[in-house]
Amino acid sequence: MLKTFKLGGVHPAENKLSADKAIEKLALPKSVFIPIAQHIGAPAQALVKKGDQVKVGQLIAQAGGFVSANIHSSVSGTVKKVDMAPDASGYPKQGIFIDVEGDEWMESIHTGDDLVTDFQADSKAIIDKINVAGVVGLGGATFPTHVKLMPPQGMKAEMLIINGVECEPYLTSDHRLMLEKGSEIMVGIRLLMCALQVNKAYVGIENNKKDAIAHLRNLVSADSSIEVVPLKVKYPQGGEKQLIKAVTGREVPSGALPIAVGAVVSNVGTAFAVYEAVQKNKPLIERVVTITGKSVKKPSNFLVRVGTPVQDLVDAAGGLPEDTGKIISGGPMMGKAIASLEVPVTKGTSGITIMPAPEAKREVMKSCIRCGRCVTVCPMGLEPYYLMTVSDKQIWDKAETNRVMDCIECGSCSYTCPADRPLLDYIRLGKGKVGQIIRSRKK
Amino acid sequence: MSKLLTISPSPHVHTSDSVNKIMYRVLLALLPALVWSVFMFGLDAVRVTLLAVVSCMAFEYLIQRFIMKEVPKITDGSAALTGILLAFNVPASIPSWIIITGALVAIGVGKLSFGGLGNNPFNPALVGRVFLLISFPVQMTSWPVSQHAAVDALTTATPLGILKEGVKSGQPVSALMDSLPSGMDLLYGNMSGSMGEISALLLLLGFGYMLWKKVITFHIPVFVLGTIFVFQGILWMVNPENFIEPVFHLLTGGAMLGAIYMATDMVTSPMTHRGQFIYAAGIGVITVLIRNFGAYPEGISFAILIMNGFTPLINSYVKPKRFGGTN
Ligand code: SF4
Ligand code: SF4
Repeated sequence: MLKTFKLGGVHPAENKLSADKAIEKLALPKSVFIPIAQHIGAPAQALVKKGDQVKVGQLIAQAGGFVSANIHSSVSGTVKKVDMAPDASGYPKQGIFIDVEGDEWMESIHTGDDLVTDFQADSKAIIDKINVAGVVGLGGATFPTHVKLMPPQGMKAEMLIINGVECEPYLTSDHRLMLEKGSEIMVGIRLLMCALQVNKAYVGIENNKKDAIAHLRNLVSADSSIEVVPLKVKYPQGGEKQLIKAVTGREVPSGALPIAVGAVVSNVGTAFAVYEAVQKNKPLIERVVTITGKSVKKPSNFLVRVGTPVQDLVDAAGGLPEDTGKIISGGPMMGKAIASLEVPVTKGTSGITIMPAPEAKREVMKSCIRCGRCVTVCPMGLEPYYLMTVSDKQIWDKAETNRVMDCIECGSCSYTCPADRPLLDYIRLGKGKVGQIIRSRKK
Repeated sequence: MSKLLTISPSPHVHTSDSVNKIMYRVLLALLPALVWSVFMFGLDAVRVTLLAVVSCMAFEYLIQRFIMKEVPKITDGSAALTGILLAFNVPASIPSWIIITGALVAIGVGKLSFGGLGNNPFNPALVGRVFLLISFPVQMTSWPVSQHAAVDALTTATPLGILKEGVKSGQPVSALMDSLPSGMDLLYGNMSGSMGEISALLLLLGFGYMLWKKVITFHIPVFVLGTIFVFQGILWMVNPENFIEPVFHLLTGGAMLGAIYMATDMVTSPMTHRGQFIYAAGIGVITVLIRNFGAYPEGISFAILIMNGFTPLINSYVKPKRFGGTN
């Protein structure tokens, strides 16, 4: 029996159309828009101004606090302006526009493809390099990695868990990365283990990626401190709490961080970025992005410079399909619908999913038939139908005591509801409001 | 960009399941039992079923359109389902006007007076049935002779009726065994009774189909039947002269129909599996109590309605198992 998490979960159609497409380098864009807030936490502070010349890998915005991350130029050229433009959220955000000229890299970066395995076992030095390189969680949450590696006072990490689950339908960037950069990821994992001073790491991979499981197992064969754990295919197994439960059987208590049970979770993409940051001095300036969809001519996986407009990806995948109804930054369960192809790829962009028009529209909501399916599928053991009702009626104390803040916004409830009720929309509303109430109480 | 893009919050995909599909699948699951009752009772079964279904749908349409002034939703299949279940709960010989009255009460009182599908606290078909049983006790308990009844040609009483009368008049259960249908007859439905309660086997077939299509989960039917089996089993072991063996009770008097198709009505049963366990155990216990000690030979309809009444309470106190901590 394969391991998995216990409570709830769904299994949407996987549609991994680009699973066997090797990662290709996307051609350099003509210009980039690099937002200064690509991570959770304080935005970075821009260090450049209009007219400045920048190189690939040059620091262009400095972390704005401890929970923040440096931003580097992903291209070489001239800064056109520092201005507001919409990112994937749809809201205008501060960012740096750069016109691309050539491809000139900072001399400090090792650009070769050779595998560098040796490193100094110095936790502090590793964390510093990760911090300087602006590495954040590449699974989508974009939490600054150096922060995760420094557990709060009194907490001690016991193990590192690497997330190779990729439970979102359609997306394949992590899958390809594991197949093509497995050795680099392994070095990245060792670096992370060293930084955390733990001697055990698990790599959780869903069983629909048998080739990746076999490949990584092969690479770790000699090393018993790293264990590849195949998992039963079930959404949302990539959720931190679900993954920890699946791999270790431990449950992170309500409101607590994974470190409370001794675990630190990082994505495979992050492990790769850590490898590049420490071994190659390379900041996080590019990432693998899946471009996919049922009508997309060439579903692909591209290595893309941060700041590249989504338009370039779409063009490289054969253009925008005629029947396009919705463009999603990310996968269909948790991704964000975007309004324009001008939106840039950022550190957290794992894929672009293009939905045909008939699938893009939501059905009209009907009365709740009280089937309880939303309750059965909720991985956090919540009652979505009830949370929707109390959010709608603004009974915030009931929302709070029924743990609305535990919701991980996985969307399993809305996905499942046979009456097409937009449960998560209302629950988000409730979360927002209850979050405010809790914060004002603390003041 | 010229294209008009949809912007909506995640998730952007949805299961292919829908309320309509659920309802139509339950209807489909009931089909084999319907065919069997037509075989047993002939055209009368067709008449009663058609009348029940058509009048439930018609009442729903008329009330929604002209009284509630909303867009009628009869295509969702729930009114048709109430119709079939109502038909399954009456004798095939029931006069047409009575079944139409039952349909009016089921839809008008049982369902729409609470606001329609999803808002009714009690199973509408059972509301209709119990109303008819109380208002027209004679017509509701006159069982037609099946065209194919070989064993039971002399009497048209239901097995539970025979048992109840016998035990009441002081006979031991062992003396009654001869006048009761055999286990096999009970299983495939060679006995008298209401249209839908007679073939346990075909009802189970429909159960299998619904499990396969994930329309319902096994919990409620298994817990209900399990409780009946265990509780009746205890009574039987204590005093076999007064109480019949438990399998008999599983195969007679709509236990299957109730457990599989009516106790599982989503609207009126609890949300969580824990809650469903309490609810189902309650139905089982009350059914056995009524059947053995009550005035009626049959009790599952009452049992379900009573536990329907507890459902809101169960839902507010029995919470699902939360992730990361005790409740
Ligand atoms: S309530 Fe939240 S955690 Fe539960 S299924 Fe819905 S989105 Fe997921
Ligand atoms: S899944 Fe939808 S219809 Fe079923 S209980 Fe939840 S909200 Fe109601």
